[in-house]
Amino acid sequence: MTARALSVVLPLLMAPLAFAVIHRVKARFAGRQGKPLMQIYRDIRKCLGKGATLSRTTTWLFRAGPTINLAATLAALSFVPLGGLPAAVSFPGDIFVFAYLLAMGRFFTIMAALDTGSSFEGMGASREAVYSCLAEPMLFLALLALARHSGDLSLSGMLAAVSAGSWLTGAPVLALVTVALFLILLAENCRVPFDDPTTHLELTMIHEVMVLDHGGPDFAFIEYAQTLKLWIFAAVATSLLLPAASGSLVWDALWGLAGVFAAAAAVGVTESVMARLRLTRVPPLLAAAGAFAALALILVGG
Amino acid sequence: MDMISLAHAAVVPVILANLALLASSRLVTCIRLVALQGAVISVTPLIFESGPLTVHTAVLCAVALGLKGVVFPQLLHRTLRRVVVRHEIEPYLGYPLSILLGILGLLASLWLAGRLGVPAASYRSFAAAFATILTGLLLIVTRKKAFTQVMGYLAAENGIFLLTAVLAPGGPLFIELAILLDVFVAVFVMGIAIHHINRQFDCIDTDRFCSLKD
Repeated sequence: MTARALSVVLPLLMAPLAFAVIHRVKARFAGRQGKPLMQIYRDIRKCLGKGATLSRTTTWLFRAGPTINLAATLAALSFVPLGGLPAAVSFPGDIFVFAYLLAMGRFFTIMAALDTGSSFEGMGASREAVYSCLAEPMLFLALLALARHSGDLSLSGMLAAVSAGSWLTGAPVLALVTVALFLILLAENCRVPFDDPTTHLELTMIHEVMVLDHGGPDFAFIEYAQTLKLWIFAAVATSLLLPAASGSLVWDALWGLAGVFAAAAAVGVTESVMARLRLTRVPPLLAAAGAFAALALILVGG
Repeated sequence: MDMISLAHAAVVPVILANLALLASSRLVTCIRLVALQGAVISVTPLIFESGPLTVHTAVLCAVALGLKGVVFPQLLHRTLRRVVVRHEIEPYLGYPLSILLGILGLLASLWLAGRLGVPAASYRSFAAAFATILTGLLLIVTRKKAFTQVMGYLAAENGIFLLTAVLAPGGPLFIELAILLDVFVAVFVMGIAIHHINRQFDCIDTDRFCSLKD
């Protein structure tokens, strides 16, 4: 029971910290000190204390977008195990609920962006829709390969089936799925090379341009949901790479946390060493992720 | 690691190299990919050989590794330097479509392996080998430059080498060495031929051959 609670409470408390690790790694690469690790918590608190300015063209959809997105992300989080800790909720077939909860959150973010009536936000929404259309089948291919590998249709079960021993027998499959999941992590969380989260030019933004008109508590929700989403994908990808089964609650939790922060650091390094891809080069990269996942599926099947 | 997972570990880079070959747009990348694929493939006889390591297999692997991993890329790089061409591949068929065809080729090879009743242990290696041959043929057919056709030829040869390693482990040494020698001579001759084509016509587009008149 404690373990199930921990796998939800820890992300709720520490997801922004994992986000801050990315910033810190990037800052160090650029030779800067970087902002304090706790700054993101202060930003969220500051936004929560503010009022929101709403445009007269917007409707209830605009207000509902960030809230539904946060709620959907929280619900998806409850299916994700952390290292050796089991997920709060788990049943056969929950990968579909998991994937479509995330898709629903994104759908409402897109709707809220379109609701502003701004052409910039519409452009961002269109790009986000295209990329998520491409990323979703790749995510399913990767999860299907895992399901075939473990013979389990629940996210918790298929990740728990991976142990250090399964790396000895099925290393190619697991390595391919891990790489595919890491690419999907970058795409879903709008990180370089798919999207640049720090860009200030609306023409090149994808995710950031969709949330330009949100302010105050709405923006705090968006930021928080974004950190949770990063946590979700990082936890899934690293529980493949660093399987834990020590049996001790504390060690499992620490191992899981170490995995997530290592993934955040890896994202930071990726962002530091490469530039954002041209928009037309993004679909081939996602196709490469799909090729990795499909190859894993071929190797594991039959 | 048991034999099957080792075979898997060898098959993955081969298939990925196939797809990357179809997707890459630069000649230098192509040379490196073919060399990498050749290097991986040249050690596969060690995996598929049943029983203890024999001198025969060791010699074959060493010669293949030396040729495919070191000599061929050197020769090709030298040819590329001498022939001043644009270092881009000009495909008849776009890259996404090529990759799609490559994946279709892989699926067809898997189907063929199933139909032929290849034993389960070498099922995927057989499919990878056949897919590599198909990739090579696809490269020969769909790329404009004479240079890329050499790449396609080498990729197809990689596939044939893997196919022999899978289907006939421990085959006659001198036949395999003779084939390697043939390939070596072929790459050498093709390098010279490309050089001559380039000097004669100022380009190595095989397109232009159609407009030759006597």
